[in-house]
Amino acid sequence: MTLMTLKLAPKLRGGTSLWIGGGLVALAVFVAVAAPLIARTDPVMDANLMNAEIPPGWEFPFGTDAQGRDIYSRIVYGARISLTVGVGSQILNSLIGVSLGLTAGYWGGWWDDIVTGLTNLMLAIPSLIFALAIMAILGPGLTSLLAALGLTAWSYSCRIARAQVLSLKSQGYIQAARILGYGDLRIMFTQVLPNILGPLIVIATLGMGTAILSEAALSFLGLGIRPPFPSWGSMLSEARDQINTVPWLSIFPGVAIFLTVLGLNLLGDGLRDILDPQSTTRR
Amino acid sequence: MGDPLLALDDLAVHFKVGSTLGGGVHTLKAVDGVTLDVKPGECLGLVGESGCGKSTLALAIMGLVPPTRGHINLDGRDLMQRERLETARTVQMVFQDPYASLNPRQTVRRTLADPLRIHGVSDKAEVEARVVDMMAKVGLRPEHADRYPHEFSGGQRQRIGIARALILKPKLVICDEPVSALDVSIRAQIINLLLELKDELGLAYIMISHDLGVVEHVSDRVAVMYLGRIVEQGGWQEIFENPRHPYTRALIAAIPDPFHRAAVSARAKAKGEIPSALNPPPGCHFHPRCPLKADICVAQAPPLEAVAAGHRAACHFRDRRD
Amino acid sequence: MSTDPLLEVDGLRIALTSGGTTYNAAEDVSFEIGRGEAFGLVGESGCGKSITALAVMGLLKRPLSLAGGRIVLDGEEIQKASPARMRELRGSRIGMIFQEPMTALNPLSPVGRQIAEMFVLHQKAGWSEAMDRAEEALRQVRVPSPARRIKDYPHQLSGGMRQRVMIAIALACSPELLIADEPTTALDVTVQAEIIDLMAELCAAKGTAILMISHDLGLVANMCRRVAVMYAGRIVEAQPAEAIFATPQHPYTQGLVNSLPRLGERSRRGQQKLREIAGVVPSIQAYPSGCRFNPRCPRATEVCLTTPPAITPLPAANSAEALVRCHHHG
Repeated sequence: MTLMTLKLAPKLRGGTSLWIGGGLVALAVFVAVAAPLIARTDPVMDANLMNAEIPPGWEFPFGTDAQGRDIYSRIVYGARISLTVGVGSQILNSLIGVSLGLTAGYWGGWWDDIVTGLTNLMLAIPSLIFALAIMAILGPGLTSLLAALGLTAWSYSCRIARAQVLSLKSQGYIQAARILGYGDLRIMFTQVLPNILGPLIVIATLGMGTAILSEAALSFLGLGIRPPFPSWGSMLSEARDQINTVPWLSIFPGVAIFLTVLGLNLLGDGLRDILDPQSTTRR
Repeated sequence: MGDPLLALDDLAVHFKVGSTLGGGVHTLKAVDGVTLDVKPGECLGLVGESGCGKSTLALAIMGLVPPTRGHINLDGRDLMQRERLETARTVQMVFQDPYASLNPRQTVRRTLADPLRIHGVSDKAEVEARVVDMMAKVGLRPEHADRYPHEFSGGQRQRIGIARALILKPKLVICDEPVSALDVSIRAQIINLLLELKDELGLAYIMISHDLGVVEHVSDRVAVMYLGRIVEQGGWQEIFENPRHPYTRALIAAIPDPFHRAAVSARAKAKGEIPSALNPPPGCHFHPRCPLKADICVAQAPPLEAVAAGHRAACHFRDRRD
Repeated sequence: MSTDPLLEVDGLRIALTSGGTTYNAAEDVSFEIGRGEAFGLVGESGCGKSITALAVMGLLKRPLSLAGGRIVLDGEEIQKASPARMRELRGSRIGMIFQEPMTALNPLSPVGRQIAEMFVLHQKAGWSEAMDRAEEALRQVRVPSPARRIKDYPHQLSGGMRQRVMIAIALACSPELLIADEPTTALDVTVQAEIIDLMAELCAAKGTAILMISHDLGLVANMCRRVAVMYAGRIVEAQPAEAIFATPQHPYTQGLVNSLPRLGERSRRGQQKLREIAGVVPSIQAYPSGCRFNPRCPRATEVCLTTPPAITPLPAANSAEALVRCHHHG
């Protein structure tokens, strides 16, 4: 694809952000994918009350929780949930936001008015509250979480996509495409979209981070992933009363969330630098 | 074949600007009653300054902007009744800014091949052959096909733009200030290229330019626009050696003339600023700046009428040889 | 020259530092402007003409810097002058107008005030007197209804009007030198002519010398007494205006003069193919060695590839300076 070809410029821009961010995200993905291989126990079933609340040590690297479950294994499996929520909801977000923003910006007129109105409405409602409301209706669980987060946070990508399209519309090559007989959809997807991907990718990676944090918040409030399933947020939730007495219950999920979200943010920054075609210019 | 390739009949393009709440809705008469034609293989030079409507006229001819009034007849049929794809194979455009008119994420090959595929050329070998052929015609080498626009100079990018305009074998090409954004020392290359291609491929051009030297050099006929109207029209030699509209004379007088070759004296220069196209002066739009202004000019818009065979001017004093 | 020149630029070298390497964006630039004289500097984008003007004004910013040479204004060497001294000079003794007045004017300040500021800053006038003088200045640059216009903001004026305001600001304190960098390129043709005439008239009346910078050789030759042509950072030719068009000596100037279609040529000689200058303008990072024009020059020989040509003085009809930098000039 042309994007990837552009990326293969001799000097890889984006520098440290890209490598560190990419590394952290790759680590998270690896952990999620390889969970059955690297976890030591089953995160849900292997609960031995005899092992309850053992501090981190040789046998249990991250300690155990109140049910005697190995926290390390729960963190590892928890990566699956967090990344699924992050990536899944963001894909849904981007699909909705970019399609609406792209078409609204390109076609203008009444459709643009509708989309802008809808976007303003969505932005005015605090998204977490909105997600909460949806979760309350749909009930807890992974699919409802994906739906709630995916359907409420598309406004940013919509706005950005629309703004990008508006600024691009006057570029000669868009007019040239129309003159050459390109249909509207073809223009939007082959001429406009590849040229606005930069900011959209950054938004998407930042959005993944936000989604993971939202999942953590929702689970913390008891509305996301319910115990005994290990999501980093629900682990934090279970541990909230014991932050002083059993700190390892909160530290590890907290750090996991922090590193993953940080990695996604840095990756987004780095990707944005690479995807900017101007950065490979040497005139 | 005497039929014109393009015939505009009292074409008008008006836009509504402003809003009912914010100061009222005004009508911008970007093109205000233009009648002209272009014959096959001919180059019509279209001259005018900001606000004259030449860009809107180009968009209307391309079918990108609907006319408010009047007809556009392209190759025998009304433009509005033609199929979009068919129109694309008949009239194309070369843009002014070589830096903005190419998709930065597409190779040259893709920029030239995609239009062919959209228009039904499915045979890969044929597409490739036509792309390579067109690149050679505009002076690009085969290895340039896989490069991106940012790897080329301004002049080369304009060549790519010309290749893109010609890949579908149109009969009419609108060149909108094709060399103004280029370095002075390479303008001649592009002008020569355009003229060669015109002869080789039998193209008709509408050459839009504010540079009268270029217009005089390339045009067979010339039309001068001011605030949406054609003020003078005729063969290139007539227009430049015997201009009959004060605005045309003002344009010629405005050009620095170290060799004193122009047919017009410096006294013919226009005064003042170009009025806004939103609120043009009544009667003859040029009267506030015209050295010949009289009462009739404010009262009555002069019609575009013949001064000599094939030479028309919209001025009450068109017969004065000043 | 019988009298001392107003501005003397001698061996100016401007460096550009990018990505760790230093390039010479302009080198060995030397010229003189006499009092009240109109002098033109012509060249394409990137040739170094604009940065030369910035150097004279002391406005070079990183990554550009003055790397050598002298700039002498009325006997005073200013290439190493302090920023405070340069601020004094700018406006009171050197005025400058730019290509794009919209970016040069303060969008948040009425134009009358921006003109009046010149009087307040450089001539210690009071505000009310300064505003009166600003109105008078607007009248001088032929802005209609100046009393109303002094309250307008830049965005309310047309391009030609803004340029007139720029001229008023630049000439407010009657500087000895006006530097005009592509002042009319962004304007319509008929407005251009008026602005150029206005500049010429005002400067003649005030005895202000003009350094006119443009890519339009015709414009400059029409307005100025002497013209210098720059290419790739060097002055390649300098001659009196009539001569530079009639008998250009450097192949680049000849190429420029011959390649552009001129009014009246087609009637005289028919529609001839324009004589092209082959190749492209080189970028700073890739200047050819020897004579920088050699890849595009029809007369290039071995020596042109290796040795940068020295300046050759030309015999001139009057005592004005004429020179060319070419191994095969003529």
